[in-house]
Amino acid sequence: MNVSGGVVRARGLVKDHGQGQSRVRAVDEVDLEVPQGQMLAVMGPSGCGKSTLLHLLGGLERPTDGEVWVAGRRIDTLSERALARLRRRSVGFVFQAFHLVAELSAAENVELPVLLAGRSRREARRRAGLLLDRVGLADRARHLPSQLSGGQRQRIAIARALANDPLVVLADEPTGNLDTAATLDVLRIFEDLRSAGQTLVIVTHDERVAATADRLISMRDGLFVDDTRLAGSHTGGLGGLIGLEG
Amino acid sequence: MQDAVLAMLAKEPAHGYHLRVRLRQSLGPLGESMNPGQIYVTLARLEKAGLVVCERAEGLPERPERKVYALTPAGQQRVAAWLAEVGWPKPDLAEFHLKLVAAAAARLADPVELVAAQRRELLRRLREAQRAALAEPAGSGAGLLLEGVVLRLQADLRWLAACERAWSEVDHEVEGG
Repeated sequence: MNVSGGVVRARGLVKDHGQGQSRVRAVDEVDLEVPQGQMLAVMGPSGCGKSTLLHLLGGLERPTDGEVWVAGRRIDTLSERALARLRRRSVGFVFQAFHLVAELSAAENVELPVLLAGRSRREARRRAGLLLDRVGLADRARHLPSQLSGGQRQRIAIARALANDPLVVLADEPTGNLDTAATLDVLRIFEDLRSAGQTLVIVTHDERVAATADRLISMRDGLFVDDTRLAGSHTGGLGGLIGLEG
Repeated sequence: MQDAVLAMLAKEPAHGYHLRVRLRQSLGPLGESMNPGQIYVTLARLEKAGLVVCERAEGLPERPERKVYALTPAGQQRVAAWLAEVGWPKPDLAEFHLKLVAAAAARLADPVELVAAQRRELLRRLREAQRAALAEPAGSGAGLLLEGVVLRLQADLRWLAACERAWSEVDHEVEGG
């Protein structure tokens, strides 16, 4: 699907938490446009508003002010029902704590959103098989989350996020609970998604995760303080990294 | 070292002795191993290169620490070029630290902006090293080397994040006061 003007767009986005004296502005009038196929990372210290921003973009929270558009459709004014439908069909979420359903097998966790979107049981099984294979866990389909490692659980959660072929995947600290090896597995999957043209927005405090993105936004106190394109080369080639050049 | 000394003169001409004190202050215990004569050797080299001129202070005996050093136009150009330069082939933390100190003291450049430029450059390198590392098959020797490069860049980026925080707070204090 080609969406001109960005798969995700925000204008004058504001979010306040709390009331009166204790009111805190988590997101302070930001504008954003994420083009189709871009992998965007958002970094910043704890409490800078990056997770809130992600929730606003995915319709998990409503802004105090400003507009959010997903796939050319304004979502901040939608009814709860319409918003829930949009989240199911167009947005895939990945969370730090995985949020898998403990009583369901890996495959059933991936099938669930397909069924909730009104598709057939057969179609759900087909999608789950395909996606578990894509994240390298086809042989764990019948396992319960408790029988899987943290890294495996997060890969299941990514497969689930992709279940309805979303326009955008929003990931909140996806490697926050993972060790280095599991982080690399997740980064390989993101790299694979990126080359397949999947639009991704990842909130992270891990430079390593941010560095897989095409573009990096740095947040501080609810504001964007830097917006950098990482794609394209640095000064000097790969050999320069280990001092073979210059 | 030469660039750092030049940049310290950007704010105003100074005695060699004062330069030495300021350098020691900026480097703390790391500056203790510095040879006391080193700054004068550096200043003599800079003078020879036409980047600084030195005047003898009136009515004082001629000793190197009593001389007042000032930047020449060529020296000013070199300072500006050094501040704008972004590179990290051989990480020299002390040089970068002194660059931020000098930039802030002389108000030649915003330290936070210098940190941001350095960070962007490192992130691009990290991206390249990481993509190369992910493309290596498991157990490859080159993969292990790339992992080392990735980890070092990551450490440097964390230090830059600390620099960014610290210098942003200095900014706020200046604005607030």
